[in-house]
Amino acid sequence: MIIPLLKGLKVTLKYFFSKPITVQYPEEKRPPADRWRGIQYFEKDERGKTKCVACGLCMAVCPSQCIYIETAEDEEGRRYPLTYELDASRCIFCGYCEEACPVNAIFMGKTYEWVEAQRKPFLMTTEKLLEEKKYNP
Amino acid sequence: MQLLYLLIEIIVKCVVVFACLMMAVAYETWLMRKMAGRIQLRYGPNRCGPYGLLQPFADAIKAFFKEDLIPGRSDKVTFVLAPMIAIIASISLFAVIPFGDQFTIPGTDYVVKLRIADIDVGLLYIFGIASLGEFGIILGGWSSGNKYGLMGSLRAAAQMISYETALGISIVGVLILSQSLRLTEIVNLQGGGFWNWNIWYQPVAFVLYLICGLAEMNKIPFDMPEAEAELACGFNIEYSSMKFALFFMAEFAHMTAIGAVAVTLFWGGWQPLIPQLSFIPGVVWFCIKLFIVVFFFMWQQWTYPRLRYDQIMKFGWKILIPLALINLLVTGLIVSLKG
Repeated sequence: MIIPLLKGLKVTLKYFFSKPITVQYPEEKRPPADRWRGIQYFEKDERGKTKCVACGLCMAVCPSQCIYIETAEDEEGRRYPLTYELDASRCIFCGYCEEACPVNAIFMGKTYEWVEAQRKPFLMTTEKLLEEKKYNP
Repeated sequence: MQLLYLLIEIIVKCVVVFACLMMAVAYETWLMRKMAGRIQLRYGPNRCGPYGLLQPFADAIKAFFKEDLIPGRSDKVTFVLAPMIAIIASISLFAVIPFGDQFTIPGTDYVVKLRIADIDVGLLYIFGIASLGEFGIILGGWSSGNKYGLMGSLRAAAQMISYETALGISIVGVLILSQSLRLTEIVNLQGGGFWNWNIWYQPVAFVLYLICGLAEMNKIPFDMPEAEAELACGFNIEYSSMKFALFFMAEFAHMTAIGAVAVTLFWGGWQPLIPQLSFIPGVVWFCIKLFIVVFFFMWQQWTYPRLRYDQIMKFGWKILIPLALINLLVTGLIVSLKG
C-alpha cells in the first residue's frame, strides 16, 4: 500500500522538474495548419493591381453572401471590380470563393486573429484585401 | 524601565512574527498554485510580475474590492464571527513556536529570545488553540444557511475529532522522550547534530503526525469539508470577499503552524544539521526545515486523490489510532526499561 503512494510522489516530482508544455499564446504563437482557412487576400498581377476580373463567381458561390461586387471596365477594355466588398464579420471561411475564382485572384490567408470594437472595419475592400497579402508570404 | 523594555520587545516580536507569517502565507498561496501548475506541466501564475511573484498582492486587492455578501437566511453574528475565529486561532499558534535561540543586542547586554512566549504548556496550548480553529470551520458552514455548507461542517466536525485523537496520541511519544511540554526544551534536547533529532527515535510518530496534520488542516487527501466535486466548496460556499480570504489565509497559516510544530518536535527546530554549521543563524535553519515540510504538504496535495468519507473514518479509527497507541506503548516500554 505504501510503495504505490511513494511511486505517485516520484511521478509528480518528475513532472515538477520537467519543462511545461504550455504555449504562452499572446507572446508565442503556433503556426496555423497548412490547409488553414483564415482572412482572404488578393493576389497582385504584374501591374501591381488586383488580378480580379469581377466575374462575380465568388459572389454567386458565397454561402453567407458576404461578397458584393460592382463591375467596371477600364480604358483597355479590361474588367475590374469597381467595388469589391467582403464583409469579414459575416464570412464563414468556407473557402468557396478561393475554389470558384477562375483567375486565382482571391486566396484564403493564414490570419486567424482579428478584433475590432465596431463592425465597420470588418468590411474589406480591394485595397484592404491587397494589403492583407503581406501577412501571407 | 525593565518592564518597558519587555513590553517593547514583546510588541516588536509580535509585529515581526505577524508580518513574516502574513508574507509566508501570501507566498504559500503563490507556491501552491505554481506547484500545481508545474506538476501538471503548466506554468502556473506568471502574469503579475516576474514569475507571477506579485500574484498574492493582486489576489489581495481583488478580495478587498469584491462584494461582501451575507446570505439572508444566515445566522449573521456567527457568520461574521466564524472566519475571525479561524484566522485568530491559526495565527495564535505561532505565539509559542521557537524560531531560534537567543541573541544579545549589540552594544547592550539585553538578551532577546526568538520566541514570543515561552510557556510551560506550549504543546498543550498548540493543540488547544488548533482545536479552536475547527470552530471557525464548523460554525462557518453551519451559520451560512446552505445545505452544502452544513454538510461540510458536519464532515469537518467528524473528521477533525477523529484525527485529533490520533494526532494527540502520536506526539505523546515525543513528550515521553523529552519529559517536557515546553517547546524550547524539546528543541534543546535535540541539539548537536541531526542524529539527535526526534525523528530517528519516533519515526512512526512523525509519519502519523504528518498524516493527522493533513487531516487537521483539511489538505487534499482529507479535504472532505471542502470537497469541490460533491459539496461545491463545502463550509465556505457562502463566503465571499475578505471573509473568504480570511478562511483561505487561516488554512495556510494553519498549514504553516503544523509544519512548524513538526519541525520543532521532530526535526530539531532551529538546531543546525551538524554542529559545524552552527554559524548559520537558527532562524535560517528553522525556515529551511519549515520550507521542506510545507513543500511536502503541497507536493502530496497534487499527487493524491481525495479519500471517500467512509475510507477516511476507517483509516482514522482502525489504522491511525491503533498505530499511535502501539507506538506509545512501545516508546513507554523502552523508556521505562532503560530507566
